[in-house]
Amino acid sequence: MLDIRHIVKQYANHTALNDVSFIVPKGQIFGLLGPNGAGKTSLIRIINQITAPDAGEIYFDGERLSPKHIGRIGYLPEERGLYKKMEIGEQLIYLAQLKGLSKQDAKQRIKYWFEKLQIESWWNKKVEDLSKGMQQKVQFVATVLHEPDLIILDEPFSGFDPVNAQIIQDEILELNKKGATIIYSTHRMESVEMLCDHIALINKSKLILEGSVKQIKNQYKNQTYKIQYVLKPEYTSLLEHSSLYEIIQHEVGEESKLTIQLNPGINLNDVLLHLIPMMEIHQIFEIVPTMNEIFIDKVTSNY
Amino acid sequence: MNKIILIIQREYLSRVKKKTFLLTTFLVPLFFIGIYVGAFYLTKKSFEDNNAIVYVLDNTNQVGKELVNNKNITFTHSADELGVQLKKVKDAGDNTSLLIIPQDFFETQKIEFLSSGKPNINTQSEIEKQLETVMLNYQYAKLNIDPDKIKNIDSSVKISAKEITDSGEAKESDTRIAMGIAMALSVLIYLSLFLYGAQVMRGIIEEKSNRIVEVVISSVKPFQLMMGKIIGIGLVGITQFILWIILSFGLISLATSTLIDKDEFIAQTEQQAAQNANPENEDMSMVASLGSALDSVNFPELLTCFFLFFLGGYMLYSALFAAVGSAVDNETEANQFTMPITAPLLLAYVLSFGVLINDPHGSIATWLSFIPLTSPIAMLVRVPFGVPVWQIALSFALLVAGFIFTTWVAARIYRVGILMYGKKASFKELIKWFGYKN
Repeated sequence: MLDIRHIVKQYANHTALNDVSFIVPKGQIFGLLGPNGAGKTSLIRIINQITAPDAGEIYFDGERLSPKHIGRIGYLPEERGLYKKMEIGEQLIYLAQLKGLSKQDAKQRIKYWFEKLQIESWWNKKVEDLSKGMQQKVQFVATVLHEPDLIILDEPFSGFDPVNAQIIQDEILELNKKGATIIYSTHRMESVEMLCDHIALINKSKLILEGSVKQIKNQYKNQTYKIQYVLKPEYTSLLEHSSLYEIIQHEVGEESKLTIQLNPGINLNDVLLHLIPMMEIHQIFEIVPTMNEIFIDKVTSNY
Repeated sequence: MNKIILIIQREYLSRVKKKTFLLTTFLVPLFFIGIYVGAFYLTKKSFEDNNAIVYVLDNTNQVGKELVNNKNITFTHSADELGVQLKKVKDAGDNTSLLIIPQDFFETQKIEFLSSGKPNINTQSEIEKQLETVMLNYQYAKLNIDPDKIKNIDSSVKISAKEITDSGEAKESDTRIAMGIAMALSVLIYLSLFLYGAQVMRGIIEEKSNRIVEVVISSVKPFQLMMGKIIGIGLVGITQFILWIILSFGLISLATSTLIDKDEFIAQTEQQAAQNANPENEDMSMVASLGSALDSVNFPELLTCFFLFFLGGYMLYSALFAAVGSAVDNETEANQFTMPITAPLLLAYVLSFGVLINDPHGSIATWLSFIPLTSPIAMLVRVPFGVPVWQIALSFALLVAGFIFTTWVAARIYRVGILMYGKKASFKELIKWFGYKN
């Protein structure tokens, strides 16, 4: 959907993006991650053609990104805003028209969305009369009204209560199912794990990690396992030292819990062969790092 | 291109539909009409209602007899003691006064006039006039001059000021009317440039602090948004002016024909003027001739120039205001920038009441009317005095070049400024923004 190639963006005294390249596959939910000030917003603005890169290019569906693609992109900025004194219906029509929709189409689609979100009564209300969460909903509608192929959401859940966040999340998933590609920029890693197929992690203006979530998580697995067991009666304690693994954590109790990291070159079977004579294993699972851990690890080691 | 029209539409409609727009559109002409009617009414009233009663205590036994009653003043000769008379005047209250003519009046040429309240100026000048005639006659007699002969001497000279037009004809011209119109135009354009320029700035600050700007410029170019706003608000201004002109002319003719009996009023003033050929009455005859003098003003030319220079000046200054609006986060912060930007405008405005109006074709006025930053005011001040068409054309062309330049500069600052949040902008910063590539 989006092919970002060697993007460089420089401001007077700092570099916002330094040779960033990655591909956003079509039909996926793509997580654009990074700490504050990493350059995410700069990149999003370049994709939206709000600013132009100093070097590099972006291809949209195989074509060089140009103003004709504006109508196919929907953008929900992190900093939300609507005209306070304007009526909601009128405002949405205006924003949709700017995206190239006809007035008639805009009206129809607004009606559709208002019914869907059960906010029909808001049409003639002014933005200033709505609560912040309500305004966010209106803004979300404004973002997706023109049925864009690419939807860029910058922290779409901030300001929503859990109920409304769920509603919006369901809508995002539905849009994705209908074929829209979604770029999702956030700091909430648990939602990344839940929603995203692919991610790109930007830190200090550079791309430091990119790939499918599954792949990245596999890559970051470090042979750590958690074993829940009960010792066999003939053993009073577990043989603490083994050349097979390092013990990371060991809780002894009625049912003991052991967390180990395998030494290089050792696989789980070797360890099990070693352990099984001593214990009755109730449960064993691999500890996979969370996206949060990967994020923190990558970003802090990058300093 | 289609999108800029959408933006213009929104900017225009959202303002025209506001209650404040309707209010100012109707109240401003009403306010001016109110002043106009009030002035008419008061002038009329001052002729009618001055039923002054003046007691005369004549110590010369000679002057008092010469005083003549008219419908403004009734003279009553008093034989009472001074103290008693004073009390009478005091008790009688308004519009009652006491005139004490001293014995040595003809030598000192001085007289005392006592009123219970503030002495009425009309009564005073009427008495002064009558006494001057008495004094004149006394002095003629003293010098053995026959007053009748003197009366036949007429030394009055009337200057008929005419202006040579391009076609070589002489045209009626009245400098005072031109001055009045020039001043009015100066105030009007100064206020409106400020008013609408500030509206552009406020609109941009609103969009920026609302953060809607990011959504909008993901759909349109920053330049389109800025120009759409400038043009939209400019059209609001023009709409307002046109409505004002229509309403004012409508209301003035309505007010003149119904509230005030114009013929009677003019007849009265003329009669008054004819009654005394004294110089003080000149302003009254001027009022009477105002109508005919106004006819000599070239209104179509004035209006055309006003609209052209308002538009040009508005485009020039609103672009600057737009740049300021994009650079700041709130209006208080904007003040440090608006001051230097509007300084040339203020200068032209202040000068328009001095140098420009007194010497409209002098070198200062001519130069100022060519410099784009000052020409909207300076040229409009000069136009009522008659300016060659080539000068107007040149000035306007320079103004257009000026606003193209300021718009270009402003757009470069604007596109960076609207995306800069929470950054305190300085002039140095603005110059840096100007230099940014896209």
